[in-house]
Formats: sequence, structure tokens, C-alpha cells
Amino acid sequence: MPNILVVAEHFNGQLRKASRSALGAAGALAARTGGQVSGLVVGYRVGGVAEDLAAHGIPVAVVDLPALTHYLSESYAPVVAAAARAAGATWVVGAATAQGKDLLPCVAALMGGVCATDAIAFTGEGQEVLVRRPMWAGNVLADVELRGEIKVVSIRATEFAAAEKAGLPGSVKALPVAVDESAIRTRFIAFAGSGGDRPDLTEARVVISGGRGTNGDFSEIEALADLLNAAIGSSRAAVDAGWAAGDLQVGQTGKVVAPEVYIAAGISGAQQHLAGMKGAKVIIAINTDPEAPIFQVADYGVVGDLFEVLPALRSLVAASQKQGT
Amino acid sequence: MPLKILVTSKRVEDPEALILVKADGSGIETQGLSYRINPFDEIAVEEALRLKEEHGGEVVVASIGAADCVSEIRVALAMGADRGIRVDHEGPLDPGMVAAILQKLVEGEQPDLVILGKQSVDDDQNQVGQILAQRMGWARATFASKEESLESTAEKTRQCGLRLAADGTSIRVVREVDGGLETLELSLPAVITTDLRLNIPRITSVPGIMKARKKPVREIQVEELGIELQPAVIVRKLHSPSKRGGGLRVKTVQELWDKVHGEAGVL
Repeated sequence: MPNILVVAEHFNGQLRKASRSALGAAGALAARTGGQVSGLVVGYRVGGVAEDLAAHGIPVAVVDLPALTHYLSESYAPVVAAAARAAGATWVVGAATAQGKDLLPCVAALMGGVCATDAIAFTGEGQEVLVRRPMWAGNVLADVELRGEIKVVSIRATEFAAAEKAGLPGSVKALPVAVDESAIRTRFIAFAGSGGDRPDLTEARVVISGGRGTNGDFSEIEALADLLNAAIGSSRAAVDAGWAAGDLQVGQTGKVVAPEVYIAAGISGAQQHLAGMKGAKVIIAINTDPEAPIFQVADYGVVGDLFEVLPALRSLVAASQKQGT
Repeated sequence: MPLKILVTSKRVEDPEALILVKADGSGIETQGLSYRINPFDEIAVEEALRLKEEHGGEVVVASIGAADCVSEIRVALAMGADRGIRVDHEGPLDPGMVAAILQKLVEGEQPDLVILGKQSVDDDQNQVGQILAQRMGWARATFASKEESLESTAEKTRQCGLRLAADGTSIRVVREVDGGLETLELSLPAVITTDLRLNIPRITSVPGIMKARKKPVREIQVEELGIELQPAVIVRKLHSPSKRGGGLRVKTVQELWDKVHGEAGVL
């Protein structure tokens, strides 16, 4: 049976929202292939994450070891491979996060399988399942055939509906896997978070991004983000200039986001930026240049200075919140 | 301690170019397209050169493809790499095939470090470094970046973002991960893939280009490497993405608010 293993990811002891989308993608795949979907949680003190994953109605294997406290592809890939074998999985699915993109090709290499990155849909006719994925910064979509016993796919979380919790939770079972720490040649040294108290860029309902037009001043973007509990993003130009942290870059080579509302402030809209945000439900663009390409994808465009438009918008939002409308 | 570094230099379509799918979906329209070194590989070459300038050693640049990809090898040589290897190959390649070829080159060259772009801007697969590291059983770090911005003094003075330990047996890498930056320490030999913020690649100079012409580029046939390559990721059909509607202009912020809040019901 072509079973499907979903590799879940967690951050600060919480199941990542992107992993719920990976579970949703696995469900869509199972509808085609007929296999059983199960989940895997790897880490240390991750029992709660495993329970949360199992609440979606799938059996979950958990590998909970001190040696797995910090994610490293060297230590995690063999664990995932062992779990995939134990589950009889021929498909391994995870989210195309930084971790997923790092880990899943290693899993494929270890299992002699084949990997596809950034899947946005499963296509093909009848028995044959093809993976649709973007190429050339999203200018082209390709339907690819994966030829191999083991197929490993990272999915773009914005393109698949997150799985819902089920009435009856699945089982959680510890999978006995040993980690040979002496064989690990990569060591974790430190992690420096950049987000502060703001919601995760890839999970936020509202994202406000700043570009070259901010001239390095993100204060108006921050003020509106505070009011809307929004995540802050940026264009590549703003990151390169050192105005925003690297992991806030929205685009094909950065983060791909699909919030309910995306506000692009002072961003011209290079192709690779558009590839990272055009999945947003509503796009608002603010730019002084009426010819900026961002206006072609924006649902609402305002030609103007972001330092005038954002404060004006903020007072309207504040007044509306006060009235409770 | 001198380092021997293998870097890659893939020939890709200019990322600024407009890419159009052929009507039958069998490929992209290549007429009039210009080509260049994959921008992420260019960053890899730059970092390798900085490491060599600080610690000594040798930078070997490899590319896989038909005769025309020699021009991308020459770009890396003009930047300062010492010699090139072109593995002759016509037709489609997938990440597993590329990693298998690179593995053979690594076994032959035995570098201390392999530095390559995190992805190429044509296929956007982001897999080769990971697969290579896994097959070699080497330490690895993808998405190498640095704490300092590209406007910083550290960058302006061309400091290495990758920090070799004093005893030369390990290297520290700052990675761009979800929610921040992570620092890893890799025992050498190791595989590192580069992200955008690791450095700003140098511009080739006329003397550099002149010198590059005399640098050796070895040509190898895939058969000589003793491997059989079978593609496992097969592109069956290409499509153009559907265009997003949009383009509505509003004149005032009040009008924007009426539309967004009133009509669309968001914010």
C-alpha cells in the first residue's frame, strides 16, 4: 500500500501551521493514491506536539530524544527514513519551510528516493500522480513525474488547505530509533530570533511589507502592524540595505506568504517578490510611482507617499476599532 | 590553514528576463534569452575567494552542461578562481543526477569545502547541496548568511561570512532559518549552500578576464566518471501561471478604507 508519512515541524513547543497544510496536502494525495496517512514528530519533549498532530485523526509516531533537541538534517534525516520504513510509506510529505527544504532532500537521498520542492498541487490523470511546482521564480509552473520507489515532497503551505481536527484523535506511539551522536559532524551553536512578539510572517492574517520606498524607516509600518497584529515583511532591496532582517524577505527566494491582506508599502514589485505574495486574498499597494509593477497585481492601489498614506490609514483603522465596527 | 574549495557555476537564464512557456508546454522560449552564472553560485564563488584570500588555498569551479557553459566557468575564473572543470552533458538534469556527478568530482578532488548556491534560479529545486552532503556523509549547512547586513563595514571590507576555526578543522556558518538566524559549527570537510545575504559578489575586472583565459578548464565526459545517470524528476509539461486580477486605483485613503473595510470586509 502506498502509505504517506507527514513530517511535522514545531517551533517553541507548538505544531507549525505549515505542518497542518502538509497534512492537508497528504489528505489530497491519499485521495488519489489510496494510502494511509500517518504523522511523525521528531525532537525532544515534543509529546504535546504529537498529541496535537494526532488530534487531526491520524496515527502519530514520535521520536523524543535529548540528542534531537536541535534540528539538524544529519540527525533528523535518518530518523525520518526509519519512520517512513516503519510506516510502509512510499510518499513522505512535509512543508516547504526552511527546515523542510533542508531536511527532505536528505531523506530522499538516504532512502534512494526522489524529491520535489515547493509542490503547489497534485495533478495527473488516473493512477498517475504528478507534482505541480513553480520554476523560474514562479513565472512557470511545471508538472513533474517523480520516478522512484520513495517519493519525497515539500509542499508550499499557502497552496493547500490546513487539515481540520477530527472527532476521534489518532494514536501516539513512540518509535524506537537510536541516534548515533558520535557520527554527527554538525553542531548547533546558537539561534537568534528576529520576529519579537509579532506573528510569524508565514502564518499572519495581515502582512505589511516595506521596500525601497521606506528609505530605511519602518516606523509607520510598525505602527500599523501593532494596531492590526500584523507580521512585517520586506522586499529584497530593503533586506539587502540592512533595513529588515533577512528572514522577513518575501519572495520566491525568501518567504512565500498568502495572508488575508497584504500591504506593500514602497515596494515596486519585482517578479521574484510577486512570486512570494500573489497568493494573498487582498493586496493593497502604496507607491509613489504610478508605473510600479506592484499595481498590476494589487486589488487596491494608492499612488502616494507611504509616510502620508500609512498614518491616514492607521487613524481610520483606529477609529473603526474604537467603534467596534 | 589553506583550504581547497570546490564551487559550482551553473549557466541559467538571466533572472531579469521574461520567461515564456512554449505554446505546447514542452519548454520555454529561449530565443533572445541571455544567460549568466546562477546568482546564488556567484555568491558561493565570492565566499570561496574570500576564504582563500584569508587562509590561502585553491578554488576549483565546476559546471555541468554543454560547451556553452564554459562561459560561466570563465566568469568564476575571472573573479579569481584557480581552475575549472566542465562535465560535458546534454539534456535535462535533475538534482539527484547533479549530486551524483558532483560526488564523483568531490571524490577525485577531495576538497575541504564544497560551496554551492542554495538553488538555481531556473529549476528552483534547492536540493543539490543537501543530497551531496547526505551522500558524502559530510557536515552541512544550507542557506548560509551572516549577521552583518550587506551595507555593513564587514561587507564593505570583504570579510568572510563563513568563519574558519583557528585550528582549521571546523567552520562556523550563520544560517537563515524560519524566524531568525541560526549558527552551526561544521567539522570539515563540509558542504555549504549560500543564501542571498552572505556577500555581494565582486565585479570582474579586465585584467581578471585576461588572466581567466589562460586558466585551465578540464573537460570530463560523464562516462569517464563511471556513473550511469537516470533522471528521476521528469518535467512532463510546463504551464503559465494564471494572471492575478487587480489594477484598481483608489484616489484617497478614505476611498481605500471604504473599499477594503466596507466592501471587501477586511481590516
